[in-house]
Parts: sequence; C-alpha cells; structure tokens
Amino acid sequence: MAELGLIHFLMLSAALFTVGVVGIFVNRKNIIVILMALELILLAVNINLVAFSVFTGTIEGQIFAMLVLTVAAAEAAVGLAILVVYFRNRRDISVENVDLMKG
Amino acid sequence: MALIAFGLIAAIVILSAVFVIAARNPVHSVLWLILTFCSAAGLFVLIGAEFLAMLLIVVYVGAVAVLFLFVVMMLDVDFVELKEGTLRYWPFALLVGLIFFGELALVWATSGQISAASFDPSPGGETNAEAIGAVMYTDYLLLFQMAGVILLVAMIGAIVLTLRHRPNVKRQNVGEQTGRRRADAFEMKDPAPGEGI
Repeated sequence: MAELGLIHFLMLSAALFTVGVVGIFVNRKNIIVILMALELILLAVNINLVAFSVFTGTIEGQIFAMLVLTVAAAEAAVGLAILVVYFRNRRDISVENVDLMKG
Repeated sequence: MALIAFGLIAAIVILSAVFVIAARNPVHSVLWLILTFCSAAGLFVLIGAEFLAMLLIVVYVGAVAVLFLFVVMMLDVDFVELKEGTLRYWPFALLVGLIFFGELALVWATSGQISAASFDPSPGGETNAEAIGAVMYTDYLLLFQMAGVILLVAMIGAIVLTLRHRPNVKRQNVGEQTGRRRADAFEMKDPAPGEGI
C-alpha cells in the first residue's frame, strides 16, 4: 500500500478549495454562507501550507498558516460586523440590493 | 495505517464541506463547518502539526464558528426566501468547480517531484510547539507583531461599525457624575416652626 504523502494533502486541499468556490457561486444570495465558503477556502490554503511545511521538514509553513488563521479570524469579525450594520439598516441581508447603499 | 486514517478524515472533511454549502438552514451550515474544522484539526495531528491543530480548534471552532452562530441566530432573516432559486445556480457552479479542480489536478499530474517526499513529525527531537516558538519569536517576530496589530484593528473596526447611540436613551455620563459636588445637590433650609418653606 502506498504511503501517506504530500500528494494526498494537495488533492484534499484542492477539493476543499473547489467546494469553497462552488459554495460562493451557489449561495450568491446568502452572504453568511458566502463568508463560510471563504473560511473553507482559507482552511484549504492552511492545509496546503501545513502539508508543505511538514513534508519539506521546514517549520515556516506552519507560521504562515498561523498568520492566515489570524487574518481569517479578523476578516470574519469585520465581515459579520458589516453584515449586522447592513441588517440594521435594511432589515434583510440579500446581496442583490447592497448597491442601494451607494451614497 | 496513516493512509487509511487520512482517507477517513479527508472524506469527512470534504463531505461536511459540501454540506456547509448545501444546507438549507445556515445554522446547520455552521454546525457542518465546525465538523469540517475539527476533522481538519485531526488531519494536522496526523502529520504532527499538533500546535496548529489545537489553534484551529481554539480559533475556528471556539471563536469564528461561535461568532457565525451568534450572527445567524441574532439576525431575524427569512432564510427560505434567500434559498429560493439557488437550484438554477448549481449547473454553472458545478461547471466552474469542475474546470477549476481539473486545472489544479493538472498541476500535480504534470509535476513529478511532489510525491517523493516523506515526513518526520518531530525534526530534531523537539516538539511541534517548541519548534514553532523557536522560529516565531525570533525570525518572524515582526510578522507576529503585525498579526497582533491586524487583530487590534479588526477589533476596533468591528466595535466602531456596530456601536450606535440611540436618541432618547438615558446613558451614564461619568464626568457629570463625578463632577457633582455637595453644593449642587443639597440646599440647606432653616424653616421657622409652623411655617412651610
């Protein structure tokens, strides 16, 4: 039987990334699920970084994965805050009407 | 053995990710998202990146997913209406996804080197957290500090965005409260007996 290798992680990460991209297309009305799909994409990137870090024997990839984690958390916080403010103004969160907010 | 464990966990990751984007109810989406993150943490443990795995659980499951759950449940949105008509996006989305995945598959199909590497969970005999700490607080100190600044800015931004002052709502004014003297609050009177003030 084949050994667990980098290629398996690359496959998984590519599949997860694709699921995230498809999720953005499918849920284009629901911005909450779009944000969740973005988290999936960032998770795929993290899996890639950690896999390369482990399989090349360097630790740097895991540090960058940590930074990606930081940015993902910050992005989720700000995105959801914007969402809350938008909901307060319009009483719904449909993405199609966001351009009404233009000044 | 590791390959079997990987296959199982990877299948859970992909399946729960699909359920995240396909679930009818966003609350279910968040719960599937939590399962995805936990399984990904399991994968990280499998290849010896324990610190990242724990960080994934603490940050994603403990903070981000809970934040999502909080917002989904707080907003009073008619999700059935939002879900209407998404069926017609599926063919296009699947086409784009297929092309995208095909392109990614081409990358690893055409490069021969990547499959050769094997891994050592603890190079040099130190634990994963020790190895990360030894590099992060020395070589990447500036990046580490910048991550802190990003989090601070995000926190301030989120607070500024959601803070609002409603009119006609009484608020505590600390300056006024502490600036109050006895002379402002009391008035001494000496009424004569049998008379009012």
